[in-house]
Amino acid sequence: MRIKALVPTGHGINCENETRHALEVAGFDTVDLVHLNLLAGGNVDPFNYQLIVFPGGFLDGDDLGAAQACANRIRHSRVNEERLIDRLVRFVHGGGLVLGICNGFQLLTKLGMLPAMDGDYTRREITLTGNDSGRFESRWVTLAVDRASNCIFTKGVERLYLPVRHGEGKIVGRTGDLAGLLVERHLAPVRYASRDTDEPTMDYPFNPNGSEQAIAGLTDSTGRVFGLMPHPESFNHRTNHPRWTREDLREEGEGLAIFRNAARFLREA
Amino acid sequence: MTHRIEVCLKRTLPDPAGRRIMKRVSTDLGIEFRDLRIADAFIIDRGLSPDDLALITEEVFRDTVVQEAYIDESPDIPYDWLIEVGFRPGVTDNVGRTALEAVERTLGIRLRPEEGLYTRKLYFIEGDISRDDADTIARDLLANDLIQTRRVFARGEDRSEIAVPRVTSQSEAVVRTIDLNVDDDELLRISREGVLALSLEEMQTLRDYFRRADVRALRRSHGLGEHITDCELEALAQTWSEHCKHKIFNARIQYQQPEGTREIDSLFKSYIQGSTERIRSELGNRDFCLSVFKDNAGVIRFDDEWNLVFKVETHNSPSALDPYGGALTGIVGVNRDPFGTGMGCRLIFNTDVFCFAPPDFEGELPPRLLHPRRVFEGVREGVEHGGNKSGIPTVNGAVVFDDRYLGKPLVYCGTGGIMPAVINGRPSHVKRARPGDRIVMTGGRIGKDGIHGATFSSEELHEGSPVSAVQIGDPITQKRMTDFLLMARDRDLYTSITDNGAGGLSSSVGEMARESGGARLFLDRAPLKYPGLQPWEILLSEAQERMTVAVPPEKLDEFMDLANRLDVEATDLGEYSDDGLFTVYWKDRPAAVLPLDFLHEGLPAMRLTARWEPRVHAEPDFPCPADLTATMANLLGRWNICSKERLIRQYDHEVQGGSVVKPLVGAMEDGPADAAVLRPLLDRMRGIAVGCGIAPRYSDIDTYWMMAAVIDEAVRNIVAVGADPDHMAGLDNFCWCDPVQSEKTPDGEYKLAQLVRANEALYDITTVYRIPCISGKDSMKNDYGIGSTRISIPPTVLFSAVGIVPDVRKAVTSDFKRRGDAVYMLGVTRDETGGTEYFASKGFIGNKVPKVADPEQAVALYRALHRAILGGLVASCHDLSDGGLGIALAESSFSGGLGAQIRLADLPLEGVDRDDVALFSETPCRLLVSVGPDAQEAFEHALDGFPCARIGEVTETPRLEVEGLSGETVVNADIEELKRKWQEPLGT
Repeated sequence: MRIKALVPTGHGINCENETRHALEVAGFDTVDLVHLNLLAGGNVDPFNYQLIVFPGGFLDGDDLGAAQACANRIRHSRVNEERLIDRLVRFVHGGGLVLGICNGFQLLTKLGMLPAMDGDYTRREITLTGNDSGRFESRWVTLAVDRASNCIFTKGVERLYLPVRHGEGKIVGRTGDLAGLLVERHLAPVRYASRDTDEPTMDYPFNPNGSEQAIAGLTDSTGRVFGLMPHPESFNHRTNHPRWTREDLREEGEGLAIFRNAARFLREA
Repeated sequence: MTHRIEVCLKRTLPDPAGRRIMKRVSTDLGIEFRDLRIADAFIIDRGLSPDDLALITEEVFRDTVVQEAYIDESPDIPYDWLIEVGFRPGVTDNVGRTALEAVERTLGIRLRPEEGLYTRKLYFIEGDISRDDADTIARDLLANDLIQTRRVFARGEDRSEIAVPRVTSQSEAVVRTIDLNVDDDELLRISREGVLALSLEEMQTLRDYFRRADVRALRRSHGLGEHITDCELEALAQTWSEHCKHKIFNARIQYQQPEGTREIDSLFKSYIQGSTERIRSELGNRDFCLSVFKDNAGVIRFDDEWNLVFKVETHNSPSALDPYGGALTGIVGVNRDPFGTGMGCRLIFNTDVFCFAPPDFEGELPPRLLHPRRVFEGVREGVEHGGNKSGIPTVNGAVVFDDRYLGKPLVYCGTGGIMPAVINGRPSHVKRARPGDRIVMTGGRIGKDGIHGATFSSEELHEGSPVSAVQIGDPITQKRMTDFLLMARDRDLYTSITDNGAGGLSSSVGEMARESGGARLFLDRAPLKYPGLQPWEILLSEAQERMTVAVPPEKLDEFMDLANRLDVEATDLGEYSDDGLFTVYWKDRPAAVLPLDFLHEGLPAMRLTARWEPRVHAEPDFPCPADLTATMANLLGRWNICSKERLIRQYDHEVQGGSVVKPLVGAMEDGPADAAVLRPLLDRMRGIAVGCGIAPRYSDIDTYWMMAAVIDEAVRNIVAVGADPDHMAGLDNFCWCDPVQSEKTPDGEYKLAQLVRANEALYDITTVYRIPCISGKDSMKNDYGIGSTRISIPPTVLFSAVGIVPDVRKAVTSDFKRRGDAVYMLGVTRDETGGTEYFASKGFIGNKVPKVADPEQAVALYRALHRAILGGLVASCHDLSDGGLGIALAESSFSGGLGAQIRLADLPLEGVDRDDVALFSETPCRLLVSVGPDAQEAFEHALDGFPCARIGEVTETPRLEVEGLSGETVVNADIEELKRKWQEPLGT
């Protein structure tokens, strides 16, 4: 089977090229970069693809809060009377995979597509807000992976080392117990971990933003929708690693495992 | 009806942004209070129903998970003082623009031109402070009066009145004429009051030109009278400005020096262009330059399929007035230079170099100057927003501190790009608008932003410096435009492209008109941000985020259709022609008829005198301290040496996925890198190294050696990480103090001689190193003069270097790698302490300036080192700069988390008999290298014949131990302690 990925672009998205590269190396036969306006205009049909990746960037400058204005665009753009958000939900219900990275993850949470605990993909229950440090953070972080999660993107991965680059990465739930519940239900497949112990941590800078329960990424109950703040596409080769000149590393970057998992899942489906 | 929606974090949640400001108020202003929380206010200047207001509040403004919103009422936040900061009318409000789009989309409406949406910030302060304190916080930290309004309310004071910052203008837009048939005083008054920055001689040239019978006849035939129009005068002033025409660099200079006097016909042609031409001819068929000095940026070959583009600009004057807006505009502005080079390129890296007065400045601030801390933070944030939001990694930079940058901070911003060597079957670095092509402006709209930016930056900062020269960039409007234009490029929809920077349409269309041989521009068709602009203002506006392209008429529909689909505004403003004229119309009446040859070539060359007399400073006389441990620690904590991690962490240096050598390296990812390495194309291992050199302190002794040192430093930076010394290019950015002798600049002849000497060194060093300059810029009036206070910056050159790294897997970083590795010193150390950080720490300048004494040997050494790097023989490599060997040793040690034992007696030395000189002399051309046990023999063989000596070993013990010339221990330091000293001043 030929597997195809769709990567939206435009309005401040800026990681589309490295995301395409990661998908191609991971084995996707076709990777199309499509401007959000063409998607919203109905010029491109998402149902021709099996995976949609919302890449990192600064959608609309994050001017109203990260991805807030773009969430508004997706909720209020219509393709033949159908709202774009409803199309995306239909895509998920039809078995499609969705991945959101950094700004793309922020978008998915603001749309309500993550964590969608009760299966409602349009109600926001979780948000990503300003880092506790009060500033943009560009640094590498260790991620502990929940092996009990059914997230298809993190299968077989035990630990990841990836860069974060964001000002609004702190996970906060609508209620105080929500983050704990997400961890309990294995809907938080990746969490910020101490570099020394690989255990989830609230300590800065290992947890770079003060995220509740050290959550770095979320999945839905199907395991087919996944979003995370760190950038797996930015660790596509060993020379991306900040200590590659002093350590023995595999040629391929660890981050590509996320994309390979998606490709494998689709081929096996 | 005007509505106000105010949004803030729920009170149960902490407000990190508020806390951060509270901390700055405490450290910067010394005012303490209990709490500060921030709210965003959105003012909608249009009547809306309660249902609509509730809908947009939930759908646009509020994050329901963490925020509360209040419609037409005040947030429920306790406060003692409330500070409200908004924009002045017409100032770019990016958040307001985004909010407006979302509101229109949500409600399915369009606001009318007289309606609008504006944003404000509200700062709720809890604590026992006075109204004076609250005013101080508002004035000195939260608001910049040039562009913002501020209001301070005590608890209980009524703030229900909403002043809407709508732009209002009653004046009718007309083209006026100016009578130049007046006496010299009057000519000068016209120039001065109009911020034209034209000299008497230039004004006389204009007057005489417009008196000519043939000129009058030409004008009559186009329906224009004999007097110059405001559009013509403004277009000429901007085209002839120092900023655009580089009059000083092109002047005829009589250069007097002790050895005799000679004439120089243009520094630019003689030295900068001259050196590049010579290098290119010597390289012959190995010449990798493609387009130098003629386009918006320089272009060299990356490989057979791709070209590399690079440009560095300064944005000093606007950053002095509004650090945030000035720096933001600086970075998004320089982005458009490579983007508007050739047929346009994808942008792949940014660089930023700042020169400020020290943050701990405690003197009295002269009028109109901002405190250096505020300048630093504003510039930092501007570059953060400009770079991060554009998705371009900030990979390399520097921060230099000197008291004299109080008068004018320097903000250098650079951008690199990459483009296919061939696009649509044609070389991508060539472009040409053709007669008949349409003049199409894309991107943002025109406002009064940045009017007179070009002429303003050609003057010193003075009482009447115009506030309209300040602009705020909008990275997202620009990103949308560049996304669109790259698509249009690949679909072959335009023939030429350039950016709208200094001088606006006047400059972009005036320049492109040279390609076709003329242009007819219709100003009244230009889209405006708000009504009320005069025709000349539309012509000159430096409103950001605009590119001008030449679109063949048969492709216009497709171009416009694509723009429309991608939400990018594009407007047909006229056509390119071949009648030799730049003709401008206002409502079908001519507003300017300027022959291109007069516009571009009519400026008379300046004649200047330069006089060089070497200056002698006091030569320090103090004994060498017996224990240099404290000296080393003290130097590590100096502003110019300390860690810049706090800054670096706030810039995205990874985006685009090709980062190889990051700004921070080593075992804990916090050591200083010499240069950046990146892979611009993820499917290949060929890379680019980017580095820079800057050393203004040496200018106090001799600018010749300052220039030599900065070129050498930039080259050594990139060679140290693995760049090929036979495939590198440079950019020269001169920032000078006024070098024209006058009443207010009595030492102008000396400053001009300093400029001549720097140019001589540029020629001498680049031709030996074979590093061609491919682009550059000069900013010549970095002075402050108000009242009796006059501050001139030290002559400062930023030399940026790019080089090709043949295989990034061979790249090298500066941190020591393994215990037992041998430590080598490459290059000779001389007694060159003049202008060094070491002397500066003791309050001296000295005279023995560091010299690139033997450039032939230096570049041969770099080639040998490069071969060793390619052979995988080098474990670490660090270039020596500020603080010399001592600082390089400390940095390589603590970056690697390893100690070292070093013997100064084993260094290649010339005329050095003191330990402090051996450790802290700043002789250029030196590198500190470590080599693993298996590679030492091969390494020594590769460096055979060069000054290269094994001076010690890397140790497991985390201590740096240095044995002095006489065998006694002179440094014995805990590397963690050294690192702490280094990180302390600016933090991490």
